[in-house]
Amino acid sequence: MARFTPDMETRALAVIELYPERRSATIPLCHLAQEQDGYLTREAMEQISELVGITPAEVLGTASFYDMLHTEPVGKYLVGVCTNIACLLKGGEELLEHAEQALGVAPGGTTDDGMFTLEEMECIAHCDKAPAVQVNYRFFGPLGDESFDSLVEELRGGALDAVVPPHGTLSRVHRTSGIAVPLAEIIEARRSGDLLEAERARAKAEAEGAGGNQL
Amino acid sequence: MNDSDATVKLVVDGHEIQAKPGEMIIAAAEKAGVLIPRFCYHPRLEPVGVCRMCLVEVKGPRGFSLQPACYLPVAEGMEVVTNSDKAKKAQDGVLEYLLANHPLDCPVCDKGGECPLQDQTFVYGPGESRFVEEKRHYPKPIPISKLVYLDRERCIQCDRCTRFADDVAGEALINFIGRGGSIQVNTFPDKPFSSYFSGNTVQICPVGALTATPYRFKARPWDLEQVESTCVGCSVGCQIVVQSSENELVRYLGLDSEAVNHSWLCDKGRFGFESVNSSDRLGTPTIRNGTAAKEASWTEAMAKLAEPLNRARKRPESIAIIGGAHLANEDLYVWSKLAKSIFGTDSVDAQLGDGLDPRLLTRTNRATIADAVGAEVLVLLSGDIREELPVLFLRLREAAISSGLKIVELTHAATSLTPNAAASIVVSPGQVEATVRSLVEQSGQEPSDPSIAVAKAIIAGADPNRIVVLAGRMNQAGSSLDQERAIATLIDAKPGSKLLSGLRRANVNGAIDMGFVPGHLPGRCALTEGSKELIDAWKQVPTQIGRSTPEILAAAANGEIDVLFLIGADPISDAPDPELSERALAKVGTVVSVETLPNASTRFASIILPAAAFTERMGSTTNVESRISLLGQKLVSFGLSRPEWMIAVEIAAAIGEDLGFESMHDVWRELSVVSPLHRGLSLQALGSPGTREGVLVPVRRSRVSIASNRSLDPVATPGIISVEHSGPPSSSGTGRGSDAYPGIEANASAVESVDSRISGDLLDLLATPNEVAPIGSGDLVPVLRRRLFDGGTMLVRSKNLTELAPAPRVTVGGSTAASMGFAAGSKVTLSNGTSELPDLELVVDRGVADGVVVVDLDGESGLTRRVIQGENLRLTIKLESV
Ligand code: SF4
Ligand code: SF4
Ligand code: FES
Ligand code: FES
Repeated sequence: MARFTPDMETRALAVIELYPERRSATIPLCHLAQEQDGYLTREAMEQISELVGITPAEVLGTASFYDMLHTEPVGKYLVGVCTNIACLLKGGEELLEHAEQALGVAPGGTTDDGMFTLEEMECIAHCDKAPAVQVNYRFFGPLGDESFDSLVEELRGGALDAVVPPHGTLSRVHRTSGIAVPLAEIIEARRSGDLLEAERARAKAEAEGAGGNQL
Repeated sequence: MNDSDATVKLVVDGHEIQAKPGEMIIAAAEKAGVLIPRFCYHPRLEPVGVCRMCLVEVKGPRGFSLQPACYLPVAEGMEVVTNSDKAKKAQDGVLEYLLANHPLDCPVCDKGGECPLQDQTFVYGPGESRFVEEKRHYPKPIPISKLVYLDRERCIQCDRCTRFADDVAGEALINFIGRGGSIQVNTFPDKPFSSYFSGNTVQICPVGALTATPYRFKARPWDLEQVESTCVGCSVGCQIVVQSSENELVRYLGLDSEAVNHSWLCDKGRFGFESVNSSDRLGTPTIRNGTAAKEASWTEAMAKLAEPLNRARKRPESIAIIGGAHLANEDLYVWSKLAKSIFGTDSVDAQLGDGLDPRLLTRTNRATIADAVGAEVLVLLSGDIREELPVLFLRLREAAISSGLKIVELTHAATSLTPNAAASIVVSPGQVEATVRSLVEQSGQEPSDPSIAVAKAIIAGADPNRIVVLAGRMNQAGSSLDQERAIATLIDAKPGSKLLSGLRRANVNGAIDMGFVPGHLPGRCALTEGSKELIDAWKQVPTQIGRSTPEILAAAANGEIDVLFLIGADPISDAPDPELSERALAKVGTVVSVETLPNASTRFASIILPAAAFTERMGSTTNVESRISLLGQKLVSFGLSRPEWMIAVEIAAAIGEDLGFESMHDVWRELSVVSPLHRGLSLQALGSPGTREGVLVPVRRSRVSIASNRSLDPVATPGIISVEHSGPPSSSGTGRGSDAYPGIEANASAVESVDSRISGDLLDLLATPNEVAPIGSGDLVPVLRRRLFDGGTMLVRSKNLTELAPAPRVTVGGSTAASMGFAAGSKVTLSNGTSELPDLELVVDRGVADGVVVVDLDGESGLTRRVIQGENLRLTIKLESV
């Protein structure tokens, strides 16, 4: 799989519709491609560049800036172990070491069966359950060596399929029709906002002109 | 007080200085003589403030704080300190940080010796680094295109190359990939940085991260010799610095000319110098008898030429000259005099049947590039400007994006400027005049084509004095009459509008000004309009209007031409009908080729005279906007080759005539008297410091604004340290000079004489339109289009450019493709009924007019012209079986 499937392409076009500038849809489309293939394939990046009217190099440049977008294949589950301050104090480093051994890969690596990619994380805002782990942006913690192993087992066995979707899926609920963004209203509101601004500026200028610059 | 002379006062290092509102501190300080170090700042790019090298102290409400001078605009009463301990510590720190990952491989780096990082480290840097950690490593240079290598270890992430590619060239083929410590400049995998402007990124990279294939490991900066010159790759006239080492050209750099190229060059201009170094160069006169060629001395060659020439002189119309667009102005004047006064023939044509009626240029109010970018509306009636006049494309694109220039384009297929055009009208060949008419004529009903409606409103609402028409050749196939009539119609309908020449060959505009086209004399005069001074100097001028290139070739094929000179011209590749050219050349008794390099036509020459190449001789050239600028000399001319004006003098001498020129000064002395266009000019004046941007002719009393001193900014364009202006020493302090140029007098009567020829009824000069043959079903009308890398003589001899010619292809519109049922990417054959052009890739482009097939012109191989020639041609496309 590489370029968008027809279904996905329809969704992509709907996303583009939401923005006054096509290129603003770049990142949402990257997520869409990741939902389809788990990561951003070269072909997907090229297609995104065509759809939003920028160059493939710009798509790659944008995607490579963000940690949540992957331009190389990753496992079905992206396992991130936090080693930031709260987790560190509660044994995050040790947990990461254990995870490396349990999965047999270093941070950044993917297991041979293509199931898991291990990552070392900065704070994932789950400090109250330190040491914390996130799997495809779903949170677990506090975890010790054993609970980590059973988490891995459950993921592998499919017991958590209802909780943790495959990597790339941001939401399992999709709109079937485009959302009704009241564009005309928004534009009108913006314009009247501007008018208000202009009116204020004019009044101020008048006041200054009449009464000197005493403000 | 208007905006342009408003000033802001601020204090820099204790001295009060003046600046323009909106100017950045770094630029204002520099003008006042305070140089603030910098890497990412470039005077021709939008500031980004990423390298932090330019930190200075600026006083704010809470006292002084460090601010990037390239990113903070000046303000009234601002206080700036650039040399405090705090500022120095900041600069020191930034350099230590930039060097933390820098490989310091200066001894093997091409930039060493002209490197802003090296230089600014010496001046502002710490001298020692506290970093002991391992540096970042990448594979050493990787090719990111056929012309450019990237060494990511050396890159300091200044964003210059990427900003250039995106903002200036409009193709972000390189970008920052990644983030933080692992950020790197790169292309998308397998999508090379193949931009026509890629060389500029090499020029502005402040370190040795980007290097150009033709220059890698060729020379050291301190071994280079350099001279200012003008690029002759096309007729934009970009200002360049020619650099050589041991009598071999090694590099061109773009000079910052405010009027023309803003320091940019295209890759064809920048790297085309390799053809001068080519081993194919002609270095000795050659005489051919049948198939036997023998090298000869100049004396022998001249003796050999004298006899047929003397015979032919009895019937002047049996002598003809094709070519000259690659000559310098001085050559053109001397050859013009040789042909028209000594030989008495007017059959002289610098255009090869692929240009425009010269009267469109000699009878119109001509625009400058500044006029065009500052216009309200620019109407494009030309080919794709990026392909034909690349740096002009950059200027127009910038104007359309940032200064509100409205571009109205009439084209047969979408061009590089289409995305920036306010209205782009796709017309079929033969319909251009009619379309222009519908744009300018009052008519009750609203045009049905929305782009025509938009264009019509734009043109109707514009001040006619601020309309510029860019006139080039929209289609190389068939007759140009329809298009010429369109140009004339528009200009006639909008009195006050101006014409910017889009004729692309190096000095073709200069050739027209020197009367090197049929029906003309020097100074944009018709044969009957020669000045008294000209008649005095020339004694006689032809009375009969001579033949154009296609007419010369047709006459030659009929046996009516006895002596034919080809001066830097290859009619077999460039004239519309290669078969006619071959028949013609085979038939002419004496073909004389004056060339720097052999081409398809030289093999028909019985006498070949070697000409000195660009950079091997001095002279001047004229660009699209009538700006005369100097050609610098840096090399000793190759072999026995000579500048063309000398060759003309020799030829005259061989038949017992004296042209009266012993030096180029003599040429100018006469030219500046006989030609109203050039009155008052001299070679000295062209070489004076006040004319570094060249001189616009005719020299008017005001109107031109010239940049003051050209500043050579070693951080903006590393490598140009000091450069000689190549003219003879200026006689400074003589005379008052006109308002515009020191040392040059504007001459009101001369200007008036040029202006008086501007015709209000241009259309009346042109022939009536041709009959357009009906288009049968399945027939396609050809549009022959020029590409920048077209496989022409110069490109074929530039080893790094030859490979850049795109694969042969044809382009059709969506509905045409659909009606034929062929998919994009299929291999097809183009046929005109008798001959075929096989193996073409089919490209589908929505921007192509229906029923039209766009074919790219190929250079020296000349294959497309063999299938696409003649008027009213209809083609068909066949699918090739795979
Ligand atoms: S390659 Fe050169 S120009 Fe480009 S970002 Fe790096 S240092 Fe700057
Ligand atoms: S645009 Fe023309 S003059 Fe300028 S660098 Fe290119 S070829 Fe030379
Ligand atoms: S420190 Fe680990 S989740 Fe905040
Ligand atoms: S931040 Fe000012 S020159 Fe780079």
